[in-house]
Amino acid sequence: MQAHLLSILVWLPIVAGIVVLLLGESRLAAARWLALLASIATVIISLPLLADFDTQTAAYQFVQKTAWIPRFDAFYALGVDGISLPLVVLTAVMTVPVIIAAWTVVKARAAQYFAAFLIMEGLMIGVFSATDALLFYFFWEAMLIPMFLIIGIWGGPRRVYATLKFFLYTFLGSVFMLAALIYLYVKAGGYSIASFQALPLTLVEQRCIFAAFMLAFAVKVPMWPVHTWLPDAHVEAPTGGSVILAAIMLKMGGYGFLRFSLPITPDACRELYPLVVTLSLIAIIYIGFVAIVQADMKKLIAYSSIAHMGFVTLGAFVVFEIVRTTGQVQGAAMGMDGAMVQMISHGLISGALFLCVGVLYDRMHTREISAYGGVINTMPIFAAFMVGFALANTGLPGTSGFVGEFLVILASFKASFWYSALAAVTLILSACYSLWLVKKVLYGPVANDHVAHLTDLNGREFAVLGVLGVLVLAVGIWPEPLLKIMEPSIHHLVAQAVATKIPL
Amino acid sequence: MMTAWHSMSPAIPEIYLAFAICVVLLFEVFVGIKRPGATATLTLVVLVIGAALTVRYANVGHHQLLFDGMYVADPLAFVLKLAGFLFVAVALLYSRMYLENRDILRGEYYVLALTALLGIFVLVSANTLLTVYIGVELLALSVYAMVAFDRDSGIAAESAMKYFVLGAIASGTLLYGMSIVYGMTGSLDLEVIATRLATPGSLGVILGLAFIVVAVGFKFGAVPFHMWLPDVYEGAPTSVTLFVGTVPKIAYFALMLRLLAHGLAGTSADWTVMLMPLAVLSLIVGNVVAIAQSDLKRMLAYSTIGHVGFIVLGFVAGTPSGYIAALYYMLVYVLMALGAFGVILLASRKGFEADKLDHYKGLYRRDPLLALVMMVLMFSFAGVPPFVGFWAKLRVIQSLWETSHLGLVVISLAMSVVGAFYYLRVVKLMYFDAPPDSLPATLRPLGPRFVIGVNAAAVLALGILPGPLLDLCSRLIR
Repeated sequence: MQAHLLSILVWLPIVAGIVVLLLGESRLAAARWLALLASIATVIISLPLLADFDTQTAAYQFVQKTAWIPRFDAFYALGVDGISLPLVVLTAVMTVPVIIAAWTVVKARAAQYFAAFLIMEGLMIGVFSATDALLFYFFWEAMLIPMFLIIGIWGGPRRVYATLKFFLYTFLGSVFMLAALIYLYVKAGGYSIASFQALPLTLVEQRCIFAAFMLAFAVKVPMWPVHTWLPDAHVEAPTGGSVILAAIMLKMGGYGFLRFSLPITPDACRELYPLVVTLSLIAIIYIGFVAIVQADMKKLIAYSSIAHMGFVTLGAFVVFEIVRTTGQVQGAAMGMDGAMVQMISHGLISGALFLCVGVLYDRMHTREISAYGGVINTMPIFAAFMVGFALANTGLPGTSGFVGEFLVILASFKASFWYSALAAVTLILSACYSLWLVKKVLYGPVANDHVAHLTDLNGREFAVLGVLGVLVLAVGIWPEPLLKIMEPSIHHLVAQAVATKIPL
Repeated sequence: MMTAWHSMSPAIPEIYLAFAICVVLLFEVFVGIKRPGATATLTLVVLVIGAALTVRYANVGHHQLLFDGMYVADPLAFVLKLAGFLFVAVALLYSRMYLENRDILRGEYYVLALTALLGIFVLVSANTLLTVYIGVELLALSVYAMVAFDRDSGIAAESAMKYFVLGAIASGTLLYGMSIVYGMTGSLDLEVIATRLATPGSLGVILGLAFIVVAVGFKFGAVPFHMWLPDVYEGAPTSVTLFVGTVPKIAYFALMLRLLAHGLAGTSADWTVMLMPLAVLSLIVGNVVAIAQSDLKRMLAYSTIGHVGFIVLGFVAGTPSGYIAALYYMLVYVLMALGAFGVILLASRKGFEADKLDHYKGLYRRDPLLALVMMVLMFSFAGVPPFVGFWAKLRVIQSLWETSHLGLVVISLAMSVVGAFYYLRVVKLMYFDAPPDSLPATLRPLGPRFVIGVNAAAVLALGILPGPLLDLCSRLIR
């Protein structure tokens, strides 16, 4: 059972998704309940992972390894460590609200909608738990198909443009990663990620591989200047699509940096980290300003996502500056801790914010900030939630948003005062756009008749936002268990990142 | 007598096929003329029996020479012949209703398909320049006639004429190149040629090679010898496009392998350099020009050119690993192309050709199965996992890395992203757009629909578990 736990997590949603697809629109009620049950079952099955996880070791756990393609020495190999486990659980957790939020809202081809999200859930868990690079890439690319269809079928008016842009951007990024992976395979003779990490590489090779990885992961994160697909995709995607995109898919870029770039090309990273740090700071500051001027709620949150993901890349790469200036490895782990917590926290908060926008959109069918005003008068409970999540987005202490940003800013202070000073600008900027959003949409007098006729949250919506709210507070108030899970893996990763792989 | 028979047994597929062609022809004259469709059924039976005989007699464990070294029987030839039977059967199955609706369901069509298959077999087993040429011509002449089969169609006649004239020139260059090689080595036997040309070639050999490469490039439709391909694909009846676009690829692969990779192996440094621009140009022109097409058949024609670029890239690597990659790519491509043209055939009906991209608007609403099949194939063509097209590209890129062709890796990957765009556009039309009112319903014949479903399922299954087919291809190439 233990050995197959991850396999079940990958395949249960996929199989359930196919069954939902076969049930079809004519048996929608059954399809809906099956989708909900499957997504909840996935969360329940992921709990033993947390309970039985050994927090003393950096090794992969719950390992399953079966021959897949003997000719390529590729294995169907799954396993989680402290870096991937939180992301696997996050994926399982975030799919449930997506299913519930769409319960009666999605009218056209609803069964297919549920099926697409279930299949995507399985593929995303596969990405995080694959320990074989070929299997990783297999899931990584396969996931584009359901997302392409989700945005294209259930999206807004410019959905075709947005979904093509999304697909081609990410496809372009990932094919070069594929080239790098095949190159590594030819050198290492197998596809296991561990063998790639152990493979000695010259600096020139590392630079090229780093560039290929960078292209793939930077597009996914997304980092400035390859972020332009994200606002389009977010705006046009249906609510569930935006939630998954922001909460999980962006994390794959960050995960890729931690799992591939840092351990496989440490010397290139050490050489080129100023580039990543600079791009991260640009994302944090410039995109923060861009977010302020948005007139569309979803676009605002999309830009805020890019800014917040800047902390992930900053935290991961500031490590090298810390080691360079202080010569100490101990303090370096803090930046990576911050990056990881930021990923989890942003997954919860941005997902919740997109769900909030979805709640409003379902009632008013517009995302324009100017169409709203005084919503608090008609939807007080909803307003409480939205204010809460907006504050979490600004990094209010006591919410999960605080922990990640604080750790990263603290770590970058060790590296350089100016890094932390620039990164801390986000505290002002995110307060600006989050609170302005809240002020314009929620407060003030009732703006128009439509707002006056709004009804407050129903039980379904309340449950979804409530659970996410509890999680945001839990991680914010007591992040210790999360940090404990990550600790050995982060230390191992830092050791890998500061070691050299150049053959003598 | 027994020994003579025994020594010929690996050639049974060809002998049987030649005999079966006569039977089918006579059957058409006496029975088929009265009962249209009977010949079609008989042909399927012929193919099934042929496959069974091939498994029984041509399944040789090792390399064998027959007919004084004119003919080679090896595991590769066995598998390619079996694939030939399978692919022709599937192609004819998809075509039947289309032919019926256009009143060209005649036995000769099936006879021509069988003679083309015989040409493929001869080529697959060729071991001398002469056998190669016979195979090439038998295949080519059958295919020219098939393109012109709808004799009342002006555009079909035009494309057949183009194909014939250009094809004749290509055959001429092939023959000329062969004659130079013969002159330099004094032998027609490919194995003898291989030993005599063990070192990089002199100027004369390079000249001969150049002509051969041009001819091979023409047959495959590699840029800049691709001009005929879009016109023929567009102008021929769709069932013929299906045939021309799929099954002969087996033969052209065998042509390259037997002639260049084996016979002229010693000069591989020369011909890989010649093939490289062909491959690169095919990738670029095929994928970029396909974007501008509004006709689905023409779009698939340019996409074929792009895929041919990948197959040729396997040969550019010039290593057994590269040939394995090319073989795998070719088989996978034929499987996918069969399905894609099959969808066009099933979406057409009497008096209506579903050959424009606009005819696929909202196909999902009109025929979910066909749309699903087409989507699977489009993603597979684009090289997105979990479909088999991904592994084909991966295998080619691996062989390029093994030979350190960084530039080719980058170009091929960049062009597959360009290619993804027009494949996705088809998915967009089918799934994201609303169907116009005026389009007629699709055909719903049970048999072909079942087969096309299996075809798409195979694309998925081979994509999830690519191991067996990759293993098979690796075992076939020496």
